[in-house]
Amino acid sequence: MPKMSAKSTQTLAKIFIWGSGFITVLILFLIIGYVLARGLPQLSLSFLFSAPQGGTSGEGGISTAIVSTIYIVMLTIAILIIPGIGAAIYLSEYAKDNWLTRIIRYGVDTLAGVPSIVFGLFGFVIFVTALQFRFSILSGALTLVCLLLPTLIRTSEEAIKAVPRSHREAALALGSTKWQAIWHVVLPAAMPGIATGIILCIGRIVGETACLYVTMGGSSAMPTSLLSGGRTLSLHLFYLATETNAMSKAMATAAVVIIVILVINTIINWLTHRFQARMYGGA
Amino acid sequence: MSRYFIDRNAKYLVLVCASTSFIILAAIAIFILKEALPAFQHVGFIHLLFGTTWRPTMGGFGILPMIVGSLAVTLGAMILAIPLGLGCAVLLAEVAPHRIRQFLRPAVEILVGIPSVVYGLVGMLLIVPLIREIGGTGYSVAAGALVLTAMVLPTIISISEDSIRAVPRRYKEGALALGATHWQTIWHVLIPAARSGITAGIILGMGRAIGEAMAMIMVTGNAVQIPNSPLDPTRTLAGGIAVEINYASGLHENALFAIGVVLFILILAINSIAILAIRRGRHAQDVC
Repeated sequence: MPKMSAKSTQTLAKIFIWGSGFITVLILFLIIGYVLARGLPQLSLSFLFSAPQGGTSGEGGISTAIVSTIYIVMLTIAILIIPGIGAAIYLSEYAKDNWLTRIIRYGVDTLAGVPSIVFGLFGFVIFVTALQFRFSILSGALTLVCLLLPTLIRTSEEAIKAVPRSHREAALALGSTKWQAIWHVVLPAAMPGIATGIILCIGRIVGETACLYVTMGGSSAMPTSLLSGGRTLSLHLFYLATETNAMSKAMATAAVVIIVILVINTIINWLTHRFQARMYGGA
Repeated sequence: MSRYFIDRNAKYLVLVCASTSFIILAAIAIFILKEALPAFQHVGFIHLLFGTTWRPTMGGFGILPMIVGSLAVTLGAMILAIPLGLGCAVLLAEVAPHRIRQFLRPAVEILVGIPSVVYGLVGMLLIVPLIREIGGTGYSVAAGALVLTAMVLPTIISISEDSIRAVPRRYKEGALALGATHWQTIWHVLIPAARSGITAGIILGMGRAIGEAMAMIMVTGNAVQIPNSPLDPTRTLAGGIAVEINYASGLHENALFAIGVVLFILILAINSIAILAIRRGRHAQDVC
């Protein structure tokens, strides 16, 4: 084979590079387009507000799944916020470069990579069985807290670190304690960034299935308390796709999930822009 | 309460918060291992790991087919996702004009956010019938690998892009000044300099692929067998746990936790390598 000139190698390489970008975008449009094209026509108010009939027919709507999803999102975030943001404050404001910090960081980094299904096994042993919360929204939410902790810690830490030093110095110079500076100056300034992290977590909760499949029980009835079982929208979608023949219902549910994810993504982008404008000049 | 009292104690409060991650990690390791122990004792470590028959109700507890299944779909996905992801990362970091980048980057971010069940559903309805045309039932290693490709692509793209971007500007300027073409600069200077970050991205993508359960249940067919061709159905480790955990009891349940242990150790190894790679990359760039 004759050796190609540098110019023609470059042309070939650029074709490949543009091609891979094109394929990536194509995958995205294919997924979203396909789900919306097949799911949106099935959507109606009665589908959103009627209960699924359960069993293997797959008939009915998704009202109970929507309610379960909202419950589990609120409960998970409520439990997650304090340890998540607290850890981020420690890592960005207090942590020294020593063995303790290294262990904490190792914990966060490694926990972030543990598969959802392994969290599910853990939640099954601890929350469902040992603490006797049974298959319930509470068990599911506590499992999700473990799963999402690293995500919230990382995003909040980034947000807190982005607050300029001068903010802290100004507060300290005015005679505030370190904690007062953090609480009254740094945290409010970092709030849009932290909010971005929380919304990112909401998106993950909406999309999560494996760990909930093992801890929530998958009941299609309307949840009456934190200890009743339930299924989130994504979980409902999984049951429809694998245990029934109601593919059109599955597509409609998928369309709802995709719309929620797209809205969440838009909010995150908007918040990120605002945060960056505030931190790095501009507005 | 005086503000000094709060100030003194706040530090310990946030330290407790920060320790939770490590405590959870340790608790996961301990409790899953504890639940798996009876399986290791009854079946034996070697028999469990290298046994080829999985018939939990009749005392067959070999998980080798699932290990092979997991590795097969992951390998397939990596073969496709590494060149694609690297190409896309170079496009984002070096080649694309600002306007296209502004459109492409959010697209990659949305790809991260799409739930795995949606990937699974689209795989079931689009990819599986496509593979059925070639042969078999369509529920196969190939379907799993294709779905995983889409799922790990954004991980590889965003981490590789960041590390290519982090290469100091003077490297690029030096290469161009010596008369290298833009592509020669990318291939011989930028990518080697960003090597450790790219490695980390690939390894983290691999971790995501091995751990994926629901999408794999939906497209691989779940037959516990060592696949002979990409068109054969298979079952992955993560999928295997999810398929059976809700009705398993006794030794069967312990065996599923043993699969969890294998998965956990695999991920621990993968993540440690990735963390090392990232640290080495940072170190290398500090030195230069």
